[in-house]
Amino acid sequence: MSRRRTAALPTPVALLFLLPAAALFAVFVLYPMATALTYSLFSWRGTAQEEFVGAANFVALFTTEPYRSQLPRAFGHNALLFAGAMVAQNTVGLLLAYVLHQRARFRRLFQVLFTMPYLVSPLVVGYLWSLLLSPLFGPVNALLRAVGLDAVAQPWLGDPDTALWVVVLVTAWQWVGFPLLVYGAALGALDPSTQEAAMLDGASSAQRFWHVTLPLLTPVIGTVSVLTFIFSMEAFPIPYALGGSSGSPAGATDVMSLLFYRTAFHSGASNAIGVSSAVAIVLFLVIVGVSVAFTRWFRGVERRLT
Amino acid sequence: MRRPGPVLNRVVVNVVLWGYAVVALVPLLVMVWNSVRSDQELVSEPLGLPHAPSFDAYRAAWVEASFSTYFLNSVLVTVASVALSTAVSLLAAYALARSRSRLMAVIEQVFVSGLMMPVFLMIVPIFYLLDTIGLASTRTGLILVYAAVSVPFSVFVLATFLRQLPDELEDAARIDGAGPLRTFWSVLLPLVRPAVATVVVFRFVPIWNDFFYPLILVRDRASYTLPVGLTTFFGEYQTSWSTLFAGLVIATLPLVVLFLVATRQIVAGLTAGMGR
Repeated sequence: MSRRRTAALPTPVALLFLLPAAALFAVFVLYPMATALTYSLFSWRGTAQEEFVGAANFVALFTTEPYRSQLPRAFGHNALLFAGAMVAQNTVGLLLAYVLHQRARFRRLFQVLFTMPYLVSPLVVGYLWSLLLSPLFGPVNALLRAVGLDAVAQPWLGDPDTALWVVVLVTAWQWVGFPLLVYGAALGALDPSTQEAAMLDGASSAQRFWHVTLPLLTPVIGTVSVLTFIFSMEAFPIPYALGGSSGSPAGATDVMSLLFYRTAFHSGASNAIGVSSAVAIVLFLVIVGVSVAFTRWFRGVERRLT
Repeated sequence: MRRPGPVLNRVVVNVVLWGYAVVALVPLLVMVWNSVRSDQELVSEPLGLPHAPSFDAYRAAWVEASFSTYFLNSVLVTVASVALSTAVSLLAAYALARSRSRLMAVIEQVFVSGLMMPVFLMIVPIFYLLDTIGLASTRTGLILVYAAVSVPFSVFVLATFLRQLPDELEDAARIDGAGPLRTFWSVLLPLVRPAVATVVVFRFVPIWNDFFYPLILVRDRASYTLPVGLTTFFGEYQTSWSTLFAGLVIATLPLVVLFLVATRQIVAGLTAGMGR
């Protein structure tokens, strides 16, 4: 212990080493974060801060158009993105991870193959799918017609009823590698003797998955769910690429980040800064609030299961 | 009785795995082969393979659609910001790992809290900050912002790694009369290379792919990075589909190169703790 003490850096030297990173972080992260909180409490004329208005910007968000109707709609779409991701991305990821865990052959190869879309830029992924789904030359509709499903082929991104589900599926296609890798790691760390014990007791593989593996995975499922919630709330590049900044068609793919972006930089409203900062703070509070509440609740569930 | 079960299972498992592999990969392959087909071919045979590969679309994207400019900007911004953030984070991580003052522990907490940054909250103040200091719409401004937001992750990974290194070598260097900077440079730097490789790769990818910061912070077309370039390009070349595919390939290609160069780090990072 005393030898360790001699290796320590004297504090003044340590501070010197710390200085460049701390300065960069303070100027471009801490300072903007602190000022953002005050931005929403003032009224603005263009880029000039005017007077302290308290919660007026937040009230405006819920009482004046277009925010009054666009905010709940965008928020509802984010919630659907989350629900869709839980089903199409995390459940599929868990099942694929479980199947891969059961067999040793080509496990690494499949992990890498399934994770490939995760490594491409989300904006590129969004634009790629907008081309693949094109009603003019899109291979997706051509493929559906080729296998006799003419009735199913349609302008997927042009129809308000299907556009948001396209966003959900494209996001899931890109992100499935994330739950796959996390659940794969968790499965690898489980004690194999519990599986063997269940097998000796005559449990079928479905029973073993449902009654043995799944309860042991609950802490990881909780973590993945919270992260999925955060990512779904902050979804930006894929909706932007598929529906543009206005969430076309007819606002069917509008989400919170796009609403924030339009309000801050394209609304032309003189108080754009005040209102858009209020949008950002509402989004931030929802993310933090739900994440904390969910984590608490999930700890309770975990305790009951174990 | 038990026989057919496992065989059937194995068939189902293989169908599921190879089936999903097709779903994951074919869209990426279509992106590549549609970029070497002409627009007429794309319309007449949406499911066709390239007959006579043509690289006209790449020339159009690179020269006419200014992808050469966007590409160089992306390389410059990504390399400079990753280099800057890795350098300052390494110094900071050394200080945090080798000091035991209370103050340092508090500073480390502040850094780590930045792992969950609310980017939408920060972006408007950053926009006006850059404007105030004369860096609005410049690559320098973008480099500084990217370097700053990379600090939490880089410091976290590097400090964790440094704490696992035994400090005997540093003791020896100090006894031989080396100062802290000399010890850092000659003794630690060669040892932390694997952690530096991890940090570089894992910051390079999100910064190269990022679209949010330049969309808002860069208004001048000459300073656009590839992702923002792509958004204007998709507006202007709506009907030149093979050019659009070529643009997507160009934006993805450097990542492919990075993966080929650093497969080991990436697989190790992605599958860390995956067991066997």
